Amino acid sequence: MDQPSERRSAWSWWYLLFAIQFIAVLWPPFYNSVEPTLWGIPFFYWYQLAWVIIGAVLTAIVYFATRADH
Amino acid sequence: MQDVNWIALVVFVALFGFITWLGFAAAHWRKGDLDMLHEWGLGGRRFGTIITWFLIGGDLYTAYTFIAVPALAFGAGAIAFFAVPYTILIYPILFLVFPRLWYVCHKHNYVTAADFVRGRFGNRWLALAITITGIIATMPYIALQLVGLEVVIGGLGLGGGGGFVAEVPLIIAFIILAAFTYSSGLRAPASIAVVKDILIYITVFAAAIVIPIQLGGFGKIFAAVPAQKLLLASPAANTTGAYGTYATLALGSALALFLYPHSITGILSASSGHAIRRNAAMLPGYSFMLGLLTLVGFFAIAAGVANLPEFAAGFKEFGNNFAVPALLLHSFPSWFVGIAFAAIGIGALVPAAIMSIAAANLYTRNIHREFINKNPTDRQEAQMAKWVSLIVKFGALVFILFVPTQYAIQLQLLGGIWIIQTLPAVMLGVYTRWFNDWALLIGWAIGMTVGTAMAVAVNFAATYPLTIGGFTVPGYAALYALVINLVVAIVLTPMLRAISTPPSDVTAEGDYVSGRA
Repeated sequence: MDQPSERRSAWSWWYLLFAIQFIAVLWPPFYNSVEPTLWGIPFFYWYQLAWVIIGAVLTAIVYFATRADH
Repeated sequence: MQDVNWIALVVFVALFGFITWLGFAAAHWRKGDLDMLHEWGLGGRRFGTIITWFLIGGDLYTAYTFIAVPALAFGAGAIAFFAVPYTILIYPILFLVFPRLWYVCHKHNYVTAADFVRGRFGNRWLALAITITGIIATMPYIALQLVGLEVVIGGLGLGGGGGFVAEVPLIIAFIILAAFTYSSGLRAPASIAVVKDILIYITVFAAAIVIPIQLGGFGKIFAAVPAQKLLLASPAANTTGAYGTYATLALGSALALFLYPHSITGILSASSGHAIRRNAAMLPGYSFMLGLLTLVGFFAIAAGVANLPEFAAGFKEFGNNFAVPALLLHSFPSWFVGIAFAAIGIGALVPAAIMSIAAANLYTRNIHREFINKNPTDRQEAQMAKWVSLIVKFGALVFILFVPTQYAIQLQLLGGIWIIQTLPAVMLGVYTRWFNDWALLIGWAIGMTVGTAMAVAVNFAATYPLTIGGFTVPGYAALYALVINLVVAIVLTPMLRAISTPPSDVTAEGDYVSGRA
């Protein structure tokens, strides 16, 4: 059970990219405002929708970065 | 109730007919021996990345979500948008924790989270606690799916006037659901999920594009939303106010989600741990849709559907849950209303099927096999699960027909508080065997008790106003109870370790990664 491939489950610094998402969306003072609006949508709403996309991109980056270790 | 909308009804029934056929035909898809529990209850663990995407998406974004989240935005405003940070946060959790759970379950042929806990911690009582928590958290969730179905049936103009006849469409839909789940197992919701999700995407994107054009743009829509609903209220000096509520609801709901038995069933049916990781990056497609859907609650405010006489009866019967059906009826031609309502209706059947399968797997594996018949044949085990799936669904139907909906909603809220108490054993358990099994069990019991007491104390509001030294932090009771659970488990572990030897762990470190062994 001590083959080198064991390390594939180990901690990766890439996982810190996930922490960014937690901070960005769990601190409402960052985004609880109407201005600036985008296409008439208050900041509160488009900021969080934008984080859906940013979060997906970050997850994809982590996926490809850690897959290379495997 | 408004008149029967015949065009919408015909489209609705045609789509329901199609998925009924598909549900039965699914038994032959990627054919396996349905007399084996992992074939019936996990689809033979053969679903690749794409099917897993549809299955987990179809599983997590339920009919009740499509009705209740916009209804919350319609009624309460900005707070409903916590659903967005919640769906953002579930995917890092999925990515980090659940591939490990998949590998260990695949290696040891575990079908449920309780199977894993039994193997990992060697304590049948801890596994029983995980099992019971899973079953009681799932039951009201199934009942709520039927509520979603009831609302769209009402929207079609059926089911008005009350009485038994009004419930006939719901009972028919339920019988269809029960029959194809019994015969095809997880393959049925997996195949139907593809149809359902395509219909849902069409509906949501049509609504997000067409309705704002009809209403004169997003600027006008948000201008129609009352100021106090548009943003979270700024907290007063001695409290975190709505900010604390918002953040803890998002975080607590995200931590709880993948602990639900139906989520774990969806994850374990994937064909590889990589399929799960890929899905963590692809599933946010659904999150974006959920965000748009929440905005649909605001569209309903701007369209003023609550004041239109033709919808008065619907709002009277279903409350704010009628906002989405009313808006769809108001904004789209009848044939498209039929598609949209079918999307929501089928959106009730997919998760209800998966939930009943998950509850059946739990009972069969972790109660019946553990405590009643220790050596069932494969055939007996699969047959037992099929019967239990019927009983579970029948229980949910009876509940919805005879008990006020309010109780189902309150029980579902409690379900979230309960299921998160399995986090230390399941989610931390895939990373560490450090915890003592009895410490986990005591932590679980205290977490369950405290969480339930908090919910009851605030009369089933989602959040509990925790006050420390004059400073109030209103937060999701599930999260508070989880912290207490964890503290108890962490404090007791070294003490119990000092006085007893823990049972052996049948899993090995290498079982949690993609070994080629």
